[in-house]
Amino acid sequence: MPDVLSAPLVVEFPFTRSLGPVQSAFLTGLRERTVLGVRTADGRVLVPPVEYDPVTAEELRELTEVAATGTVTTWAWNPAPRRDQPLATPFAWVLVKLDGAGTALLHVLDAPGPGAVHTGMRVRIRWSPERTGAITDIACFEPYEGEVGQPSPHNGEFADPVTGVVTPARLDYTYTPGRAQSAYLKALSEQRTVGERCPSCRKVYVPPRGACPTCGVATAEQVEVGPRGTVTTYCIVNIKAKNLDIEVPYVYAHIALDGADLALHGRIGGIPYDQVRMGLRVEPVWTGEGRHPDHYRPTGEPDADYDVYKELL
Amino acid sequence: MRDVAIVAFAQTDHLRRTDELSEVDLLMPVLHQVLGATSLKASDIGFTCSGSSDYLAGRAFSFTMALDGVGAHPPISESHVEMDGAWALYEAWVKLQTGEADTALVYAYGKSSPGEVRDVLTRQLDPYYVGPLWPDSVALAALQAQALIDAGHTDEAALAAIADRSRAAAADNPHAQLSGSVPAGDYLVQPLRTGDCPPVGDGAAAVILAAGDTARALCTRPAWIRGIDHRIEAHSLGVRDLTDSPSTRLAAERAGAFEGPVDTVELHAPFTSQEVVLRRALGLDAGVSVNPSGGALAANPVMAAGLIRLGEAAARIQRGESDRALAHATSGPCLQQNLVAVLEGEAAHA
Ligand SMILES: [Zn+2]
Repeated sequence: MPDVLSAPLVVEFPFTRSLGPVQSAFLTGLRERTVLGVRTADGRVLVPPVEYDPVTAEELRELTEVAATGTVTTWAWNPAPRRDQPLATPFAWVLVKLDGAGTALLHVLDAPGPGAVHTGMRVRIRWSPERTGAITDIACFEPYEGEVGQPSPHNGEFADPVTGVVTPARLDYTYTPGRAQSAYLKALSEQRTVGERCPSCRKVYVPPRGACPTCGVATAEQVEVGPRGTVTTYCIVNIKAKNLDIEVPYVYAHIALDGADLALHGRIGGIPYDQVRMGLRVEPVWTGEGRHPDHYRPTGEPDADYDVYKELL
Repeated sequence: MRDVAIVAFAQTDHLRRTDELSEVDLLMPVLHQVLGATSLKASDIGFTCSGSSDYLAGRAFSFTMALDGVGAHPPISESHVEMDGAWALYEAWVKLQTGEADTALVYAYGKSSPGEVRDVLTRQLDPYYVGPLWPDSVALAALQAQALIDAGHTDEAALAAIADRSRAAAADNPHAQLSGSVPAGDYLVQPLRTGDCPPVGDGAAAVILAAGDTARALCTRPAWIRGIDHRIEAHSLGVRDLTDSPSTRLAAERAGAFEGPVDTVELHAPFTSQEVVLRRALGLDAGVSVNPSGGALAANPVMAAGLIRLGEAAARIQRGESDRALAHATSGPCLQQNLVAVLEGEAAHA
């Protein structure tokens, strides 16, 4: 087993989505403890309501209220709830046809065990004490033996309607960069830069990705490159980046390390920004605990000849 | 219509983890195998299309890095779908129909080991009404399984028999992740037990398509795609009859599946209960050989498992073990979207 790095990786974003008129009415209704459906041309009431008929694609706008009670149409017992699911204790996933609705809504049912759940059982909504206009305003369903709910007409209009939802999403990974990038990162921790040579075209790739994009074959031979290199092209950055403590203007450059056939990029320091030029010879400056060079500075050597690096632009 | 055939197929061994391999490392061996089998160079390929999802491994733009394995520089004619590779194959088939290419390389890979695939797949669901509840892939399949049981179409013993038959068949499949005698296990989400669910793992697959005489030159017995079609269900689970798959039936009809008998069927049914739905939708006879490869219950590299169904069916035709095969691929919760292809070998010349 080769020595491969791994690290926890969290991918997390809050998705902000705007709502169409039917979705807005439905989610605002949940905030107000009211469940709305939408009526199709053939009289079916879809809950949860959608903006277009799933069969005819016709635009749907006729809202109607349905009851907070209903019947389970299918279920599945979840003995081990996962992190973001609605209940932390074992529960049943359910599709529930609310009284007055023609289709079923997906949610969860709080029940003592799978023996207490069956298709056809009667349930009602347990509302979340804090409601924001989201499907989770329904905390869950709970068993219910009472009256069949009587839906009433509703025009779908509410004060202060919800017009958007923010849905946070977090996924956890154990990231492994693979063989080539593990070797590259390990060498960096020793302040060395190691690329890989293509066995076919002999090009040296830095950072290595494991394959030559020209030849489509695996690269394996490790080649130490640099530490010195040549600025092949650059730009002057005039806008301060958030959370980055670097005075503007500064120069960001493509740098072809000696022995590499691909330029990598880095900041140029130790020289006024307006004196940086193509062909400038530079070397890395490592600081503190940094896993990458903090920046590159001039070596004082004469500039490289354009012909030497023109293929690396 | 141009005659288009699958002329080569390769798949990796499917494994629970492949920590030492990046996506391109995983993929390259199968790319080289299909190119080698047809004596084609990457530069000979007219069109390249892939299927994958960066969410599986949490590796942004992995699909562009995977292109390194193809030899995509200088730029090639290339496309990608965030779907199972079976849909990449469909796109490539369309490209060949236009006459703009005579050969196509199609590949797909899935590396589920770095993440939690049950959670990852919740992110493909309706983000307003469903996604915030995080119903995982097993939970949704279990709702479908219970609906089948309630309707009297199956029971837990019948589901276990599907699992047993699939893993027994997989004993002959050297690439399978799970084969032989596998215990039914505990409920993962009742009524589905671990044995009813596919293994989680990493894998990749590739096929080469070719048109007309090019196909005949590249392969002694091409698997001709006589028809291919894909259809989708309404996206709200509560609107659908979960015990049926009208989209599969319609795709099969449009692909010509009912115009004659098939001897081999490769169904992409990651859960035992989904095989019940598909058999009913397709009206399969008890006598037909279903998933001789072991199917997705033996190896389910997400994003590649559907392409593998087409590849397995084609490989059987190429080996002379089948004359007319049906291959199916699915995508989304509870068989949301379905693709059906009918593959045929040419009759031996007298
Ligand atoms: Zn090369």
